[in-house]
Amino acid sequence: MLLFILKRLAQVVPVIFGVTLVVFLIMQMVPGDPAIIMAGEGASTETVEQLREDLGLNEPLHVQYFSYIGNILQGSLGNSLKNNQPVLDEILIRLPITMELAFFSILITIVLGLTAGIISAVKPYSVSDISVMVVALLGISLPSFWLGLLLMYTFSIKLQWLPVAGWDSFAHIILPAITLGAGGAAIVARMTRSSMLEVIGQDYVRTARAKGLKEHTIIYKHALRNALIPVITVVGLQFGSLLGGTVIVESVFAINGLGRMIVDAIRTRDIPMVQGGVLVASLVFVFVNLLVDVMYKVFNKRIDLN
Amino acid sequence: MTKSIAIEEATELVSIRRKLRKEKRQLFFRTIGQNKAAVVGGFIILFYLSLTILAPVLAPFDPFEIELEDKLQGPSTEHWMGTDDKGRDILSRILYGSRLSLAVGFSSVLFGAFFGILLGLIAGYYGKWVDTIISRSLDVMLAFPGILLALAIISALGPSLINVTIAVGVFSIPLFARIVRGSTMEVKNLEYIDAIRTLGANDFIIIFRHIFPNILSPIIVQGSLRLATAILSAAGLSFLGLGAQPPSPEWGAMLSSGRDFLFTAPYMAIFPGIMISVLVLGFNLFGDGLRDALDPRMKK
Repeated sequence: MLLFILKRLAQVVPVIFGVTLVVFLIMQMVPGDPAIIMAGEGASTETVEQLREDLGLNEPLHVQYFSYIGNILQGSLGNSLKNNQPVLDEILIRLPITMELAFFSILITIVLGLTAGIISAVKPYSVSDISVMVVALLGISLPSFWLGLLLMYTFSIKLQWLPVAGWDSFAHIILPAITLGAGGAAIVARMTRSSMLEVIGQDYVRTARAKGLKEHTIIYKHALRNALIPVITVVGLQFGSLLGGTVIVESVFAINGLGRMIVDAIRTRDIPMVQGGVLVASLVFVFVNLLVDVMYKVFNKRIDLN
Repeated sequence: MTKSIAIEEATELVSIRRKLRKEKRQLFFRTIGQNKAAVVGGFIILFYLSLTILAPVLAPFDPFEIELEDKLQGPSTEHWMGTDDKGRDILSRILYGSRLSLAVGFSSVLFGAFFGILLGLIAGYYGKWVDTIISRSLDVMLAFPGILLALAIISALGPSLINVTIAVGVFSIPLFARIVRGSTMEVKNLEYIDAIRTLGANDFIIIFRHIFPNILSPIIVQGSLRLATAILSAAGLSFLGLGAQPPSPEWGAMLSSGRDFLFTAPYMAIFPGIMISVLVLGFNLFGDGLRDALDPRMKK
């Protein structure tokens, strides 16, 4: 197992370098001179030239990239063009909020998705199965920003049960987490259903039935355990779109997380902030994927992932 | 003598393969016609396509005309979906907006499919170091979560609907490339490809005339499912103010301005949302049906 983790870690290193390279290159495409943007409109040519020298913008591209990597390794993601504060400081304030939102959303994805999937699979083609699958299909098709607004209108404006926006208490988490987790729950429900149906049809489940085991034991102890394996992969993949989804949900519910920071930074053309935000979110995603692979290995020791 | 027999056999193999492909196509249309979900999805897509064509005829008002004295009117017989904060007829804007959503969806998927297919065919056919370089680059692109790569691209190119199309298209590239690479690797080892090579075909002919038509099924399935994601992503980016700019009647942008009037005029956000959801539902249903008909191995 340790060897497997080490091997996967080794595979992650080039991907991380690739991610930094892509982020670096995309930001090079930004029109306009960063030195002029930083110095301000009215700055003199000498000031701009000095700033360009200080920022290393006169160096060849590959030298700039290596100095960018060097800075990252030293924990520096540059300073915001807006307030000249370190980008990393801002990210460290915002990231925990986004991770909290992501955590509760993935919880909803798993609990809601698994429950719905099992309900469907236990009695396939019944009314409950068809209703769950129709809701799941709608869940995949609803845009999260619209679902968020509908939930906000119903539960915050009309019923006044939950706060409209912000991030101060647990009550603030509920609607954004449902908004973000619903789409994933629909996908997990579909996956759980098909995976359970496949497992239920297998010989060893039939043997368990023939042995006279209770249906409850068969479903939860025998079928679900094996049906969970492909579901874990789907949940892992969902985490990526979930992290991306935080961008929209944080904007809908005015949550000051990493996603909203990136969107605001794009609007104000605060390039180091966009660069830092996208980089950190992608690195989190890479490590979550690594974690999912390890969990996959733990759950299914028979599969050789190497 | 032996060579002419080999050529004869190869020609026969190729013609059998062509016949098989024709039969498979006929079977596909039969299967898709029997799949209720796909038929419903197909009708939804056709309905939206007809809206885009008939928008100038169907729209009761000019979608851009500002009538401030008519602002924020609820649904009525005159304005079926009400009017927005500038007094513009929401129904007319929605009808014209269908053109934008579908155009962005199709263009971004075509963009992603074009580059993805090209990279996948090259990686799958040539293998070795070519495959390693392309596959590792795709891994890097897939390391960006969801919409974030699109955000990074928009931050560089600037907010506009065309840039959203490019950004959403770029993050579709690795998905197409992976599927095409896998299928190409399977097909290139088939006997009839050897037969074609015996007939003297070069790599270009083999890849584009013989491998490509045989791997179309998973590409079409992926394309129709990606359309749903592309439309959602593009609307999401416009909702954030990074795509279509005012006064464009793009649905995501309309929803975004509706958000400010959620207390007083919720219908401003409700109707564009319904339009996006039903269209995405149509592509999802159609994509699922296509997958069952074309690629039973992927059936869920």
